[in-house]
Amino acid sequence: MSGEERLMISLTVNGESVSRLVPVRQHLVDFLRLELGLTGAHLGCEHGVCGACSLRVDGVLVRGCLMLAVQADGAHVVTIEGLDASGEIADLQQAFVERNALQCGFCTPGMLMTAADLVRAGVPRTRAEIRAHLAGNFCRCTGYQAIVDAVSATLNKRLSEGGGHV
Amino acid sequence: MNRSTRSPATRSMRYLGQTLSRTAAKRAVAGRGRYTDDVVLARMLHAAFLRSPYAHARILGLKVEAARQQPGVALVLTGADLKALCTGPWIGTLSTFAGMKSAPQYAMAVERACWAGEPVAMVVARTRAEAEDAVEAIGIEWQELPAVVDKHAALAPGAPVIHAELGDNLAFRRSIDTGEVDAHFAAADLIVEESFEFGRHTAVSLEPRSLLAHYDPTTGKLSITTSSQCPHMIQRVFAATLGLPDHNVQIIAPDVGGSFGLKIHSYGDELATAAAAIELGRPVKFIADRLESFVSDIHARENWVKARIAVKRSGEIVGFDLDVLSAAGAYSQYPRTSVFEANQVLNITGGPYRHKHYRARASVVYLNKPPSSQYRAVGHPIGNAVAEHLVDQAADRLGIDPIEMRRRNLIADDAYPVVGASGIILKDLSHQRCLDVLVERMRYAELRQEQAELRQQGIQRGIGIAAFIKGTAPGPMGYYGSGGAPISLQDACVIRLEPNGGIICAVGVTEQGQGTDTIMAQIAASALGVPIDAVRVISGDTDAVPYGGGTFGSRGAAIGGEAVYQAARDLRAEILTIAGALLQAEPASLDIVDGIVVDSGGSRRLALAEIGRICHFQQGELPNDLEPCLSHSRRFRLLDDPYIFTNGIHAAHVEVDVDTGFVSLIKHWVVEDCGRVINPQLADEQVRGGCVQGIGGALYEHLIYDRSGQLVNGTLADYLVPMAVEMPDIDVAHVETPSSLSMLGAKGVGESGTGAAPAAVMNAINDALRPFQARVSSQPITPERILSALGKI
Repeated sequence: MSGEERLMISLTVNGESVSRLVPVRQHLVDFLRLELGLTGAHLGCEHGVCGACSLRVDGVLVRGCLMLAVQADGAHVVTIEGLDASGEIADLQQAFVERNALQCGFCTPGMLMTAADLVRAGVPRTRAEIRAHLAGNFCRCTGYQAIVDAVSATLNKRLSEGGGHV
Repeated sequence: MNRSTRSPATRSMRYLGQTLSRTAAKRAVAGRGRYTDDVVLARMLHAAFLRSPYAHARILGLKVEAARQQPGVALVLTGADLKALCTGPWIGTLSTFAGMKSAPQYAMAVERACWAGEPVAMVVARTRAEAEDAVEAIGIEWQELPAVVDKHAALAPGAPVIHAELGDNLAFRRSIDTGEVDAHFAAADLIVEESFEFGRHTAVSLEPRSLLAHYDPTTGKLSITTSSQCPHMIQRVFAATLGLPDHNVQIIAPDVGGSFGLKIHSYGDELATAAAAIELGRPVKFIADRLESFVSDIHARENWVKARIAVKRSGEIVGFDLDVLSAAGAYSQYPRTSVFEANQVLNITGGPYRHKHYRARASVVYLNKPPSSQYRAVGHPIGNAVAEHLVDQAADRLGIDPIEMRRRNLIADDAYPVVGASGIILKDLSHQRCLDVLVERMRYAELRQEQAELRQQGIQRGIGIAAFIKGTAPGPMGYYGSGGAPISLQDACVIRLEPNGGIICAVGVTEQGQGTDTIMAQIAASALGVPIDAVRVISGDTDAVPYGGGTFGSRGAAIGGEAVYQAARDLRAEILTIAGALLQAEPASLDIVDGIVVDSGGSRRLALAEIGRICHFQQGELPNDLEPCLSHSRRFRLLDDPYIFTNGIHAAHVEVDVDTGFVSLIKHWVVEDCGRVINPQLADEQVRGGCVQGIGGALYEHLIYDRSGQLVNGTLADYLVPMAVEMPDIDVAHVETPSSLSMLGAKGVGESGTGAAPAAVMNAINDALRPFQARVSSQPITPERILSALGKI
C-alpha cells in the first residue's frame, strides 16, 4: 500500500473554492479538519455509525468519514460552519440552545446537519418520525428527548409560518 | 453540626431555581466547540499504538528498527523503553480496602500483555496515518498464555493465575453482616431467591479519550490538553510518574465530549504520549479511535449476584442476603481501583427500605480483560436491579401491588437521620413524597386498567417501579484520598471583582456538558447580587483554577457549588465593607442588587463598577486602613458523612412482543430529590440522559468476549447503544429536600437516571411477562433472553 500517493482535488467548501493535493486515502472529514481547519465535523467512530461527521455534499446528507476527500473533487460541501454562517438553521440552533438539546456538544454539528435535512423538507412530522430520522446520530448525553423537542418546535414553527423551504 | 442553619436570607438568590441557557451550547451549535483534537500546535506529532492481540501472552521478541525507518517516524517506544522513562509502575490499591491486592502495572506492557488491547509499543510520526503505518512494521513474537476470561472460573482450583505474585486472581473481598441473618430469614413467611448476570459495558463517550502533550525543555514545563474530568488528579499522577514537579505540569481540559466516569482515570497510552512529548521536545497528540476505545477504555458492570429477600405475609421486608462476584480486568485501575462497583452494590442494595437485617458478600476477581472501574452510577444499576426485582417478585407472590409493597417498606420521610442496614448514613430523603408524586404523574391506576384491557387483546404491556438511593458528592472519610490516592475530596473556588464590576469565578470542578459552568455562575450571581452576565466562570485549567478534585460522583453542584457560594458570600461581605467606608454607612445596612450597592431603603448608592474602579485604579480615595483584596477563596468538603445520599423513584412502561422478544419503551417517569435545584432544565436533562444510559445497559449494551478473551463486538455497529428511535419520552419531577450538610443544600443529580432505570425497565418487562410465568433477571435483556424465558427457544 502506498500511503504517499496524492491527487489534486478542487471543490467548493461552504461557498469557497478550494484546491489541494491530498493523500488518496484521506477521508473527507480529515481533509476538512486537518487541511482546512474546519473542526465542526467530529469523528466519533470512523466507521459510519455515529453520525458525528455528517456533512452536506451536493445537497445530500453524507457520512464524511465514509467518503474519501478525492471523491469530493468537484463537489459542493457544506459543513456546520457553513450552515451557521448562512443563517439557514439559525432557528434550529436557537431551539437547541433554549431546549438544552445538547450537553457535551460533540454530536451536535452532525445532529444539526441531520435535523436541517428534515426541517428544510417542510413536511409535518410526528415525534416518532423525527426520532426515526435522527436514528443514525448517536448522542450519549441527552437521551434524545430535548433534541426531538427542539427539532419538532422548529419544524412546526416553520410550517406555521408558511413552508419549511429555505 | 447542621451546616444548613447558617443559610442566608433568600432575598438576593434570584438565579437559583431558574432555567438559563448555557454559553457553551451556543458555541457547540455554531460548530465552534473546541475539543482536544481541535487543538493544533506548531511541529505537532501524532501517536499510534501497537496493542496486544492476545488476552494473555508473553513478549518473546520485539523488533522496532523497521518501524523507526518508516516515513515520518520520529520516535518508537516499547514498553521497556517507556518503563525507563517512568519513576515506577502504578499499583491500583487503596489502603482503605483492607486486604486488597493488585499487581504493578506499567503504562505499556513490558514482558507480558494481560489483555487484548493493552498497549505494547508506541509510534510517534508526522501524521496519525504514518504512525499507524509504522505500527504495522513492528515485529513482535508472542507466546500465548492461558487466559482467565470467565469470572466464575477465576478462583477455581487450578485456574491460571494472571499475576503469580498475587497467589490467585482475587482482588478484594468485603462482607457486611448485621448478624443472625439465617435465623431471621428462617422466621420469615416468604423467601425469594434469584440469580442475576450483568453484562460488561463501557462508557462510549462520543469524543474518544484524547490527549495533546507539549514539553518545553527550556522551562521544564509540561502542558497537557486532555479530555479529562479531573485535571488536578492527572497533574499529580503524570507528574509523579514522569518525575516532574506537580507545579510544572499544566493540565487543560477544553471542551470535553462526554465522559461519564470514563475520563476520571489514568491510562497508559496517555502517559506514554506525555513521555514521548518530553523525549522529543515537540507536541504529541493521541486520539483513541473507536476500535481501540472499546479495548482500552475502562469497562464496568460485569457482575454476578445471587440474592434473597425475606418478607412477612404483611409485605414487610425482613432483610436481604446477597453474594456478589465482580469482574475486574487484568489490573485494578490506578488510582481509583476496580473494587468500587462491588463495594457500592453492598452499600446501596435495598437502601430505600426499612429492613434491619442484611448480609452481603462480594468478591472481586481479576480477568484477562481491560481494567474495570468507575462508570456513571457505580454499582447502583446492579444493586437497584437486584433489590427491586426481589421486591417485585415478593410482592407478586404475596398478592400485593408493587406500589403498595413499596409504600409499606420505604423509610419514612420524617425518620431521618437513619443508619441503613448496610451501615450507610441517610439524611434529608423523601421516598414517600416521591412515591406519591410518581403515582399521580404516571396515572398509575389508569395504566393498570389499560394494561388489563390490552391483555384481553393479546398485547403485553408492563409497568415497572424502582425506588432508589444514590450516593453522591463523596466526602474524605474513607474515600480516595484517605486510601492513598492523589485525589482531593474537597473542592474550591476563587472569586474576584474586576475593575469594571465583572466577576471572575474560577472553580476546581469541571464541565463536560452538564452545565457546571452555568450553575456556578447562577450561584455566584445569586450570592453576590450581580447580573448573571457579570459573571464569567473559569474551569478546566490547573494554571488558572484552585486545587480541586474535579468532577466525579455527582459532586459538581453539591461540593463545588458550595465552595462558590461561600466564596461569593465572602466577596460580597468585603464589597459591602468597602462600600460602607466609601459611603460612610454601616455595611450591615447595605445590600447588593443587580450589581449596585443599595441602602436599607433600597436606594441605589454605588455600582460595583465604581468600587472596582476605585479599588483597582484609584486606591488614593480609600482610607488608609482599608486594603482591598477583592479576591476570595473557599474550599468545601463533607465532614463526617461519606456521601450526600439522594433518593427517588422510577417507573417504566413497556410493551413486549412475546413472539419476537422485542421490547418497546413507551414511557418513563422519574421523581427524584437532588435537594435544591439550581437550574431545573439542566437537572431534568441530567436525569433524562442518565436514564437513557441506564436503559442502554438494561437492553442493549454488552461487551461480548469469546473464550480466548477476544472482544467480538468492538465496533459501534456491533456494540449497541441507545439511539433516538428506540428511546421513550421521560417525565421528570423533583422533590426538593435541601441537604443539611451545606448552606446551599444541593445534592448530586447526574447519576440518578442511570442508577435506577435498568431496575425499572427490568421490572416492567417482568410485569409484561407475568401472565406467562416467565421472568428475566440478567442484563442486557435481549430478545433472545426474553424468548428463552418464555420457553420459545
